[in-house]
Amino acid sequence: MNTSTLAVEKKQPKKTIRVSGSEALLMCLLEEGVDSIFGYPGGAIMPIYDALYGYQDKLTHYLTRHEQGAAHAAQGYARVTGRTGVCFATSGPGATNLITGIADAQIDSTPMVCITGQVPSHLLGTDAFQETDVIGISMPVTKWNYQVTKAEEIPGAIARAFYIANTGRPGPVLIDITKDAQFAMVDFSYEKCTKIRSYHPYPVLDESKVEEAAEIINNAKKPFCLVGHGVLISHAQEALSEFLIKGDIPAASTLLGLSALSTDHPQYVGYLGMHGNYGPNIKTNECDVLIAIGMRFDDRVTGDLKKYARQAKVIHIEIDPSEIDKNVKTTVAINADAKAAIKSLIPKIKKAEHESWIAEFKECDKLEHEKVIQKDLYPTSGEVKMGEVIRLFNEKTQGKAILVTDVGQHQMVATRYYGFNETDSNVTSGGLGTMGFCLPAAIGAKLGKPDRPVIAVIGDGGFQMTIQELGTIFQYNIGVKIVVLNNNFLGMVRQWQQLFHGKRYSSTEMVNPNFQLIAEGYGIPCQKVVDRGDLSTAIDKMLSTDGPYFLEVVVEQEENVFPMVPSGDSVSNIRLE
Amino acid sequence: MSQSLYNEQNGQDPERLFTMSVLTEDKSGLLNHITIIFSRRKINISSLNVSTTEVAGVSRFTIVVHSTREQAEKVVKQIRKLVDVLGAFLYEEDQVHYQEIALYKVPTKIFMGGNKIEKLVRDNGARILVIEEDYIVLEKTGHKDETSDLFKKLEPYGVLEFVRSGRVAISMSKRKTETFIKELEEVKTNLLFQ
Repeated sequence: MNTSTLAVEKKQPKKTIRVSGSEALLMCLLEEGVDSIFGYPGGAIMPIYDALYGYQDKLTHYLTRHEQGAAHAAQGYARVTGRTGVCFATSGPGATNLITGIADAQIDSTPMVCITGQVPSHLLGTDAFQETDVIGISMPVTKWNYQVTKAEEIPGAIARAFYIANTGRPGPVLIDITKDAQFAMVDFSYEKCTKIRSYHPYPVLDESKVEEAAEIINNAKKPFCLVGHGVLISHAQEALSEFLIKGDIPAASTLLGLSALSTDHPQYVGYLGMHGNYGPNIKTNECDVLIAIGMRFDDRVTGDLKKYARQAKVIHIEIDPSEIDKNVKTTVAINADAKAAIKSLIPKIKKAEHESWIAEFKECDKLEHEKVIQKDLYPTSGEVKMGEVIRLFNEKTQGKAILVTDVGQHQMVATRYYGFNETDSNVTSGGLGTMGFCLPAAIGAKLGKPDRPVIAVIGDGGFQMTIQELGTIFQYNIGVKIVVLNNNFLGMVRQWQQLFHGKRYSSTEMVNPNFQLIAEGYGIPCQKVVDRGDLSTAIDKMLSTDGPYFLEVVVEQEENVFPMVPSGDSVSNIRLE
Repeated sequence: MSQSLYNEQNGQDPERLFTMSVLTEDKSGLLNHITIIFSRRKINISSLNVSTTEVAGVSRFTIVVHSTREQAEKVVKQIRKLVDVLGAFLYEEDQVHYQEIALYKVPTKIFMGGNKIEKLVRDNGARILVIEEDYIVLEKTGHKDETSDLFKKLEPYGVLEFVRSGRVAISMSKRKTETFIKELEEVKTNLLFQ
C-alpha cells in the first residue's frame, strides 16, 4: 500500500505498543467505536477469534448460524444506527457466504466492514484448503477491498476501510487478512483516516446549480418531490420537511426512503414504485418539475424510461455523480450531500401554494382507497389479509416500531401499510431483493436499537432461506418479534404467474413444516393465527412479551398486491385491479 | 445496447471510437477493478495500455472502446468512482493525439533482392530495429490504419510475426498532470462541512 495516501503522516514519533496482527485489528475496531461484531469462525481466522477471547468485555461477538446471516445482521445494525456494521468470516466458503450480504449492502448503500481470514500468504494462489480469491470475487460488489499480507498494514487498511465505508455514498468494504499477518507481531499505533487524495466523498456544492434549481422550482405549477434513501443517510429529514412546507411541494418516497417523512406529514402523498401508491405514480407523468433527492431512479420506480416524466423538468440532488443522468436525463443536477443541498435551496425558494395540485393526489388516494386499500385493511370475510395484519401493527405501535421486511408480497404490503411515524424505521432489501434478508437484519436492527420494538415481517419463503438464525435469536435472547405471513406460496412470483403466465404455477407452491414446532425447538414463544378474530389478541400478546416472539399468520393463499405497474410498463399504466 | 437518452433527445449518438485516459494510484488489482466495469456492460475493450507516469506512484490507463457517447460517459463516471482512481477523462478521436507502435518480423532474405523492401520501409516511415541472420524486425509508429497498411504491403513478402501495441494518447489540454494531482490533494471534499 502506498503510505502517502493513508492517514496524514505526523513528524513526531508515535507511541506504539507491540501486539499481534489479530490484536491490532481488534484495537483498530475499538478505535473506530465498534462494540458489536457478527461473525462465524473457521480455520483461517482463528488467530483473530483467539484474540477476541481476551476482548469479550469490550467487543461483543454474535455467532450467527451462517455467514450470510452475519452480513445481513451487520446491515440491519448499520441501517438503524447509521454506524458501520462489522462482520467476520473465515476464508473460502465463509467468505463466499458473505457475498450476498455484501452485494445487498452495495446496492442499498449500507456502510459495512467485512473482515475475512485468508490462507497464509505463502499459500496464496496454490488452491490451498479453503482458499478462494475473495478479493477477486468481491470486487464488483464492494466499495473498496484490500488484501492484507503483513501485520503492519492492518492499522492503515482498517482506518481506510471505516473512512471509505461510511463517508459519501456509504457501502461495504472487505479486508482480507492472511493468517500469517494475523499471527505476526506489529508495533501498533492508530490514526483515523480523514483524507484519501483519490477519493472525494463530499463534492463541493455548486451554488450556481442551486440557483438554477430554485429558479425552476419557483416557476413550477406542479412540482413533485421524490424522497430517497439519501435523505436518511445525510440526516436531511428536518431540512427536507422545511423545504417541502415552504414550497408547498407534494413528496413521495421510494422504498428505501420510507420513514424519512412521517406518513402523516402534510406534504407526504405516498410511496413510489411498482406496488406504490396510485397518485405518486400517475402524477409523475403530470408534474411540471420533478425534484429527486438522494434516489437513483431504479427501474422499479420508473417503469418504462421512455415514458417516464418526459413532460417534466428534472432536478436531481445526488451525492454520487455516477447516478446523475444514468437513467433519467436531468435539467439541473446538484451533485452534493442531500442535507447540504436542501439547506442551500431553502432560502432561495419562494413560499408557494399548490393547493389544487396537492388536491389531485388526494383524489387519487380516494380512488385507491375505494379500489384497494379499504379491502386490504378492513376485510370482513374470508381468510386473513396481509394488509389487515400490518394495519394492526401500525395501530398497536403507533407506527413507531422498526419494521424489517424480506422480499416479496409481504414486503410490499408491509411497507405500504405500516405508516411510519418515526424516522430510520424501515429496514428492507431494496435493490438486490434478497430473500432471507429479514430475519438476520432484524437481529442487527434490534441490537443496534435495543430500546425500540423491532418487528420482522417475513413471507414463508424468505423465512426458510435464513431460518437457522432463530438459533442466534435463541442464544442471545434477542427481542425480535418475528411475524411470518404464511400463504404457502412464493407469493410474488405466483402473482406474476397468475397475471402474466396464464396461471401456470411453476414451482411456487410450498409445502411448509410446522413452524411453531421449529420456534418451540429454539425456545421462542409462539402462536399461530388462522382466524381473523384471534389476530388482535395474538398481536397484543406478541408485543407485550419480553424477548423474542414468533407469530405465524395464515393469510389468503392467492392474494394479489395492487396497485401494480406491470414490469417494463409506464408508471401511467398502474393497475388498481 | 444503446437504448439511449442521447439517441432520442439529441438525435444522433452512433457507436464510434473513444479514448479513455485514467489516472490512478499505482495499486495491484486496479486493472481488474476497471475492466469489470466494461465487462458487466458487455463492452469489448479495443485496446488497453497501462504504464507509470511522470508523477511517482501514479499510473495511467489508456483505454480505447467502440461505444456510443452516452454509454462511454456512464462507464467513465463509474471508473472515476473507484476509490483508487485519481481522474478519468473521455475523448473523441479529434480531442487527442495518439499513436500505436507496430513491430514486423520479416525474413532477412527479402532484403537481398535489390532495395525494393528498403524503399518500402523508408517510404512508410518505418525503421529497422534488429537485424538477425534469419529475420529482421521493423518498427513503425502511427495510427492503426497506417500500421495495418504497412502490414498489407509487407505481407506478399512473408511476414513471420506482426504485433501491435495498444494506443497511447495525450490530450490537447494544457493541464499538467502534476498540477491536476496537486489540485486533487487540496480540494476539500474529504469530510462533510455543514
